[in-house]
Amino acid sequence: MALPRVPPLYPAQPEEILRPARPWFVALTLALGLYANLLPLEGATLALRPDFLALLLLYWCIKEPRYVGVGVAWFVGLLMDVGDATLLGQHALAYAVLAYAAEYFRRRVLRFPLWQQAAQVAVLLVLCAALVLLVRVVGGAPLPRWTYAVAPLVGALLWPVISVVLQWPQRPTRSPSEL
Amino acid sequence: MGHLPAEPPPFFHRGPSPLARLAFFGLVSLALLFADTRYRTLETLREGAAIALFPLQQAARVPGMVLGRIAASFASVSALAEENAKLRQQLAAQAANAQGLASERLENARLRALLGIQGDDGVDATVVEVLFAGRDPFSQKLFVGRGSEGPVQLGAAVIDADGVVGQVTRVHPHLAEVTLITDKDHAVPVQVERSGVRSVLFGAGTGRLPQLRFMAPNADVEVGDTLVTSGIDGTYPPGLAVARVVALERDAGQVFARISARPLAGVDRSRHLLVLSVPVALPPRPEEPADAEAARKPGSGKARRP
Repeated sequence: MALPRVPPLYPAQPEEILRPARPWFVALTLALGLYANLLPLEGATLALRPDFLALLLLYWCIKEPRYVGVGVAWFVGLLMDVGDATLLGQHALAYAVLAYAAEYFRRRVLRFPLWQQAAQVAVLLVLCAALVLLVRVVGGAPLPRWTYAVAPLVGALLWPVISVVLQWPQRPTRSPSEL
Repeated sequence: MGHLPAEPPPFFHRGPSPLARLAFFGLVSLALLFADTRYRTLETLREGAAIALFPLQQAARVPGMVLGRIAASFASVSALAEENAKLRQQLAAQAANAQGLASERLENARLRALLGIQGDDGVDATVVEVLFAGRDPFSQKLFVGRGSEGPVQLGAAVIDADGVVGQVTRVHPHLAEVTLITDKDHAVPVQVERSGVRSVLFGAGTGRLPQLRFMAPNADVEVGDTLVTSGIDGTYPPGLAVARVVALERDAGQVFARISARPLAGVDRSRHLLVLSVPVALPPRPEEPADAEAARKPGSGKARRP
C-alpha cells in the first residue's frame, strides 16, 4: 500500500505539468497580499516592504492568465488606493499596466531559471513603482528619496520564494513515471 | 469538404484582447484620477470600498497589537513605576495651571462681556486612537478610530498633549482620516508667540520641516520662537502650540526669508489624539462694493467675480 506522497518543495521544472490552480486559492493569496500591504509598518520596515499585492498579481498573471488579468488587477489596485487614502486610480493604473506587461512576457519568463526570472520581475516591479511615482509627481508630490527604489528590488528577491510556495499545492502528488 | 469555420470555436473565446482591456482600464483610471483631483464626487465610491476594506484593516492591526502586548508583559515593574512617577510629577506641575485656569476663564468671560466681544464658547474634545499611519511614503496622513462620544466631525482640529497634529479631512463610518501639519498640502495659520507676527505654516512633505513662507527678511522671527495658532481661519482654535522655529535664513538678495519650524506635537509618534469640535461658523465675508473694484481695475470693463 502506497503512502500518499507530499509534493516536493523545490521549483518545478519547465517540462513538469502542474495542476491548474483553484480559483479560491488565487483569491485567498490576493487577499493575503492586500492584508500584507495594509500592515501598519513604519520607518525602515516600511521602506523595505515590497508591494506584495503587485508581486502576487504578477505571479498569477503569469501562471493563471485565465483567472487574473488586467481587469482583476485594476480592481485590486482600486482597493489599494482606498486603503492607502491616495488618489483613486493610481495603483489601479499601475497594476493594470503590470498585468498587461505580464501577459506580454509570460510565455518567455517561465523558461528561465528562477533567479533570472527574478531579474525580469524586478524590471516589471520597478516599472509599476515608477508609474505610481509618476502619477504622484504629476499630482505635485515632491520626489521621494532613493530608498523608494529598494522595495521593488526586495520584491524581486522574494520572487523565487513565492514561486516555490505558490506552486506547491499545484504539484502532482505522484510522479508521472509510476502510474 | 467542409469549410473552415470563420470564427474559432466558442471555447477559445477569451473576450477582448489584453491591449484593449489595458486601454479601457487605463482610460478609466485616468478618468478616476482626474475626477478625484478636480471634484469631490467619488467620495461615495471611496466610502463603499472603505467599508469593504475595514475588516481587513482591523485584522492588519492584530500582529502589531499582539507584539505590543508581548512587549508590555515583558516591561519591568521598575520601568513602569518610573514612568508612573514621571506622570505624577507632570500632573502636579500642570495642576497649578489648571486651577488658575478656571478663575482666569471666568475673569476673561466677564471682561469680554464688558467689552461686548463674542466669547468663544468652550471647545469640546474627543479622545481617539490612531489606528494606522504612514503606509504611503508620499502623504502625511493618519487614520483614527471613531471617538468615544460619537463620530468625529469633518474639518475638526486634531491635537495631542504637546501641540497641533492636523485636521480631519475625511470621515468614514468607522474611521476618520487626519491630514498632518507636515503634509505638503496643509497650511496652518499661526502667530509668533513672542512678537505676535501672523503668518501661515506650510507643510513640506515627508521628512521635511514645515516652513513659514512669504515672510519678509526683516520679520520679527527668531530661532527658538514658538508658533501658536492664530485662530483667524475658524478651524483651529487660537493659542494652540504648533511648532518651534529651528532654522532661519535671512538673505538680502531674496525676497522672503527661509524659516523652518519643527512641529511640537508628536506628529508621527502619538498613539492617542484629541479631536476638537468644529468652531462656530464665522460670519460671511462682507461683499465688496462693486464700484471700489471697478475703481481698482480701470479699463478691465465689467467687474468680474472670482
